[in-house]
Amino acid sequence: MQDATLRGALKRMETGFGASRAAAVARLPEFDELRDRAVEIRNHVLANLDFYLERFEREVIAQGGQVHWCATAREARETILSLCRKAGAKTATKGKSMVAEEIALNPFLEANGIQPIETDLGEYVIQLAEQPPSHIIVPAVHLSKEQIADLFAEHHAQYGKTERLTEAQALVAEAREIMRQKYLDADVGITGANFLIAETGTTIIATNEGNGDLTQMLPKMHIVIASIEKVLPTLEDACTLLRLLARSATGQEFTCYTTFSTGPKRPDDLDGPDEFHVVLLDNGRSAMLGTELQDALRCIRCGACLNDCPVYRSVGGHAYGWVYPGPIGAAIDPHFIGLEEAYDLPAASSFCGKCESVCPLRIPLPGIMRYWREQAFERKIAPAPQRAGIRLWAWVARRPALYRIGSRIAVAMLAKLAGRKGRFARLPLAGGWTAARDLPAPEGRTFADRWRTETRRRAS
Amino acid sequence: MSGGEHVFARIRAGLGRGPLEPEAVAKLEARIAAHAPNLIPARARVPEDERLALFQRMAEEVGTTFAHVPSFDDVPAALLAYLTARGLPARLRMSPDPWLDRIPWSSQPALAIARGRAGPGDLVSLTPCFAAVAETGTLVLVSNGARPATLNFMPDNHVVVLEACDVLGAYEDAFAKLRALHPDVPFMPRTVNFVTGPSRTADIELTIVRGAHGPRRLHVIVRQARARSESAEYRLDRVQA
Repeated sequence: MQDATLRGALKRMETGFGASRAAAVARLPEFDELRDRAVEIRNHVLANLDFYLERFEREVIAQGGQVHWCATAREARETILSLCRKAGAKTATKGKSMVAEEIALNPFLEANGIQPIETDLGEYVIQLAEQPPSHIIVPAVHLSKEQIADLFAEHHAQYGKTERLTEAQALVAEAREIMRQKYLDADVGITGANFLIAETGTTIIATNEGNGDLTQMLPKMHIVIASIEKVLPTLEDACTLLRLLARSATGQEFTCYTTFSTGPKRPDDLDGPDEFHVVLLDNGRSAMLGTELQDALRCIRCGACLNDCPVYRSVGGHAYGWVYPGPIGAAIDPHFIGLEEAYDLPAASSFCGKCESVCPLRIPLPGIMRYWREQAFERKIAPAPQRAGIRLWAWVARRPALYRIGSRIAVAMLAKLAGRKGRFARLPLAGGWTAARDLPAPEGRTFADRWRTETRRRAS
Repeated sequence: MSGGEHVFARIRAGLGRGPLEPEAVAKLEARIAAHAPNLIPARARVPEDERLALFQRMAEEVGTTFAHVPSFDDVPAALLAYLTARGLPARLRMSPDPWLDRIPWSSQPALAIARGRAGPGDLVSLTPCFAAVAETGTLVLVSNGARPATLNFMPDNHVVVLEACDVLGAYEDAFAKLRALHPDVPFMPRTVNFVTGPSRTADIELTIVRGAHGPRRLHVIVRQARARSESAEYRLDRVQA
């Protein structure tokens, strides 16, 4: 929280996508009804996931494409590498893909002599900065224009760009110009997929920049990396989900580009890839079925839960420590990287319920976080001092008089320790929390005390 | 046998069931075969005579520009006027589509027209379009041997010739039109592009900048409705409705 740039970026989030989303939702009276339909569609798919995936595979093959099934992140990385090698690729352009981040594809390709080139502007910026994304939709939202200007000045000199640009328009234009040749030079284009259509073997990307399209249409091989829960029965089902996606993500009525790709280039086509491969990743998703986590598989990665989350807006995406930040990250990261690694994510929730209220797929995010908290306690994953603390708290909390006195003393002490700033940049027993964020100190009075004063004031 | 059996086994274990019974499979196949639309918002069910106006209003919101012409004969002059007004060269790359032959391009000798897929040097492209969707001001472009998709993305300026009668209400209507035109399988072209305004990004400080990697400008020349009986697409649309 010492980081002024991050604070500026998070401040922008407050007036950014969340407000646009609300405006877009208000313009579409059927929005909530569409959410209900979308929930039905996704639940139906999850209950019949084996059928829809098999049908999808059959259609991709019928259109001349190939499907590669990968149970783990490692299998997916190796599959993509061998496809790149088969194409004789030196470079691979990439559209934005959270699943590619999930399997840590870039470092793996680099280590094996293939240069991955992020083409989405935000992804390109964080690739230059050698940082992970901090947001699902706007991965470089934590960086300021000045930082991006510095990165471009440093990395674009090799292309003869010696002037340090400062206007967003000029920065975008320079990235566009540099990227053009890279699209043309790449042998492989890798994109993600927002949805897969079982009926037709189609993959769908929803984007604004047009980079995903240039990535997939110019190289001779198009590789789609997608997770298994992205499949939908029909194009009509996709229409329902697409009406929710952009509105929830950025508050747009629709993304600039929604692209439906079916198989490789046809015999008389003048452009398009010669080969079309879909890499389907499980990576533990099937193990979420039939558990408290199944509802999280409805997620369409719109980022609405991040934009409206008071915790995300206070600490930013990197504080979550893994690919998926915000409430959805707190709900699924413990499953993917282990509760031992991620137990503090579901713990760091105010349970305000805002995430669930904006989630277009009505995922019970606070409920899932509560489940993880219980798991962490039961499986004794939280550190011993914390578990002892909770047990002590439970013992005291059952004795109201003692609780009042104890909490008054604790609150007053913490407030005094924090001094005028009112925040702890470091606190004993809380190092894991304070490494990438501050801990605000209590303001000197307990909730119970304030509640009493407040109810008395209102009664009088 | 699918290469996904090991994944299906995990899925079934999670769901606590074995492979689906034939009756269950038949029901799912029937759901796909019906491909029934779900809820279509009232906005998309706009009466036919208001569709073009809604399409234009929504498209203009996101930066698409428009010109209207009474007949195909007027398209070349409208195109030249557009290029001149923006200081663009009168040189363009056009879809090699016989549909565009109905436009008398030679009436404007100043226009230098090449046909084919887009290359890096092309500043302006011109394409027909399959349909337009009023609900969000969205153009629907399909790829085939006469319609290379690179024309929709590589040049800085993308000009689209649209017939007013091809403006539909909802996304689903565009897919219904595709299904009707290609009753045989596959009905999906390699690429279907839904295009809603020129390319943009908000990746630098959430400031919207137009002209990211795709076209910086998107211009639609609308050929106004002619007598309805003339339009094959219109009749098709009727059949669907």
